[in-house]
Amino acid sequence: MHKRRTILPLRTGLIFLAPASLFIAAFILLPFFWIAGVSFTNRSLTGVTAANPEFVGLKNYLKLFDLSSFLQPGQFGSSLVITGQFVFWSAIVGQAVLGLILAWFFYRRTGWVKESVQTLAIIAWIIPDVVVAFAWSAFLDYDGGTLNWLIGLFGGEKVDWLLGLPLLSIIIFNAWRGAAFSMLLFSSAFGSIPPSYLETADVVGAGAWQRLKDIILPLIRTHIVTDLILITLWTFNTFSPFLLTGGGPAFKTEVVSVLTYRVAFKYFDFGAGSAIGMVMMIINLAFALVYLSLLRRQEGTR
Amino acid sequence: MAKRITTLLTLLILGAFSSQAFSQSVSIVCRCVAGGVSSNQVAWMLEYVIPEFEKAHPGVTVTLNQFGGSDEALKQQYALDLSVGKGNDVMGFDGFWIPEFASGRLLKPLNQVAGSAVDSWEGWSHISEGIQNIMGYNGEIYGIANGTDVRMIFYRKDILEKAGVPNADNWQPVAWQDITDAASMVLAAFPDSAPLQINAGTSMGEATTLQGYYMLLLGTGEEPYMNGKWVVRSQGILDTLQFYREIYVDTKYGSQRVQLVKDGRDQSFANFRDGKTAMLVEGDWFYRSVTAPGSEYGVENRDEVMGWAKMPARIPGAAIRGQDFVSASGGTGWVLNPNSANPGLAWEVMEFMNSKAARDAYQKYQPGIAARDDVPVPNSPFLTQTASVLLPLTVSRPNNDDYAKVSEQIQLMTENVVSGQMTPRQAMDVYAGAVRGIVGADNTVDLLNGN
Repeated sequence: MHKRRTILPLRTGLIFLAPASLFIAAFILLPFFWIAGVSFTNRSLTGVTAANPEFVGLKNYLKLFDLSSFLQPGQFGSSLVITGQFVFWSAIVGQAVLGLILAWFFYRRTGWVKESVQTLAIIAWIIPDVVVAFAWSAFLDYDGGTLNWLIGLFGGEKVDWLLGLPLLSIIIFNAWRGAAFSMLLFSSAFGSIPPSYLETADVVGAGAWQRLKDIILPLIRTHIVTDLILITLWTFNTFSPFLLTGGGPAFKTEVVSVLTYRVAFKYFDFGAGSAIGMVMMIINLAFALVYLSLLRRQEGTR
Repeated sequence: MAKRITTLLTLLILGAFSSQAFSQSVSIVCRCVAGGVSSNQVAWMLEYVIPEFEKAHPGVTVTLNQFGGSDEALKQQYALDLSVGKGNDVMGFDGFWIPEFASGRLLKPLNQVAGSAVDSWEGWSHISEGIQNIMGYNGEIYGIANGTDVRMIFYRKDILEKAGVPNADNWQPVAWQDITDAASMVLAAFPDSAPLQINAGTSMGEATTLQGYYMLLLGTGEEPYMNGKWVVRSQGILDTLQFYREIYVDTKYGSQRVQLVKDGRDQSFANFRDGKTAMLVEGDWFYRSVTAPGSEYGVENRDEVMGWAKMPARIPGAAIRGQDFVSASGGTGWVLNPNSANPGLAWEVMEFMNSKAARDAYQKYQPGIAARDDVPVPNSPFLTQTASVLLPLTVSRPNNDDYAKVSEQIQLMTENVVSGQMTPRQAMDVYAGAVRGIVGADNTVDLLNGN
């Protein structure tokens, strides 16, 4: 071990850090402790407990994990299951795999097809949520939607997407929306692979699948982990499905962020809402820890 | 140079003070949009209230903020505004929100906000105590009510006629069975229709509780809150939920889809306008405003094709107080924001809005059952008839600060049934658990097990 050398002396460093620390304290730490505190009370926005909130200990948490109702529609457990399905299918399978396929397909290719597909994917990613949700509502609408019109052209039966297949609808929506990020990340990862590796593989007669499996995937492993963790966190916290389905019908698309909103801002129950928020934060921290330890392990093996 | 800056600053400061001293403003907000929901109210405000008030009070500016979202979104906005000491000076308010806002001290009694001018207002002597209490809680008055309303079945004479329902011109069911019989005949005649609309589900909010659930439950002889206890399990709840199940799951008398989608209430209005729905339970607002010719959901030839009927008990005599028919009432009005910078002036605006002259003018824009006894209902047979027949039968919601939360559980319970994911008994048991958690088990009663 050698002593770590720094550019700045400690005191100067702290002075430089101070403004950022102040902001972090005011906008992250303070709200965090406030929410942690509220989650142990029955504080609400209206009613007697708005004026005189009381300390209720772990009651809000115990209610979340009340096993007799845990998996009922609209309860925390059911919402977690929905969120899990949503994250797995839309982020991990949808966004990451779709992004990887797009990036792989266009790797070492040029031309207008590549340019236009990539541009479209990026546009899908950068349009504001509300605009996208509005467009998708129009696309999936039962009576006058574009998709059902297309199905009708081919002689198919109309499908009630948002009511009959609500979870599938928001999964496809979110995969479509976020695939561009994974595509961009994987494209740049591919760019970092020395071309000679693949040229050598070509010479010895490796097929496309072998090139992907034996050369490319091992080389971009770090990028894959980064991508998976980031999109998992984002998808876990995203609120945009609300804009399409409002969490319904009958709570079938109520992911945890939408549940938190309903409890805290529709039912005005700040105590219970904060408790859900705290549990979400712990789950997020767990994701982040797994991510950091994976990255560290990879750095160690390098 | 420095002197010039000082002069400039002095002028600016003086200017700021003088504009404060000479121009005063009052803001009003309501769920009303020109060309949209309650557009008559906007017209009344912009053409009568604001110009007349400003004429009588030079230097005062009154602004109207039109809120176009849902009732639930407006309530949410109010709660958030008031909790941080903001918001408009005069707010259009649904009476049943008062208990939870008052007990949370987000609102204060009128005379605490605007002082003795409130107590000496001439209007109180013209408004009955019952109607004053629409905007009251625990013996205090928090606002002035516009009036009250009643609920009933609206039906399309033309559709019932074509389907062969007897006496379609003057249809009056006397039991729930008569309603489903008519629905079945309409469905047989028009297989693509959704003949019956009785609100259910969470997305319609309070319109599910009062227009749907209440109108059925009252017909079984029960209310959600009886003798100081919340009823969490009962035969009446089961009968009500079973009826929901029958019309939305077992048969297709009503559109299950409309109950579950986000904008279902608007779709139900559109279905009634287009003749896809022949019977719909709503308040008199549906006749006065929603289906009025020229509105978005206006029914052409409304007065020829549209009729109304009393909502029957499950079977004759089975309804609350032994009645054969039921109705439910609520009411809206105006409250003063306790955070108003100028409560005295805000009260003057509110007082003017509820003066005889202003309410007379209002009846020209939007005739209704007025709060003031010196404001006659204009020549409207519909209003005079429904008021005289239904007001004696009607029931109001409990004036209780837990009501709003219980009401959300009622909406959830109906959604669990009409979506087909629970049986009536399962949904009722979930409701019982949730309500016990909200109000405390001591304040509930189980009429099935005698508890």
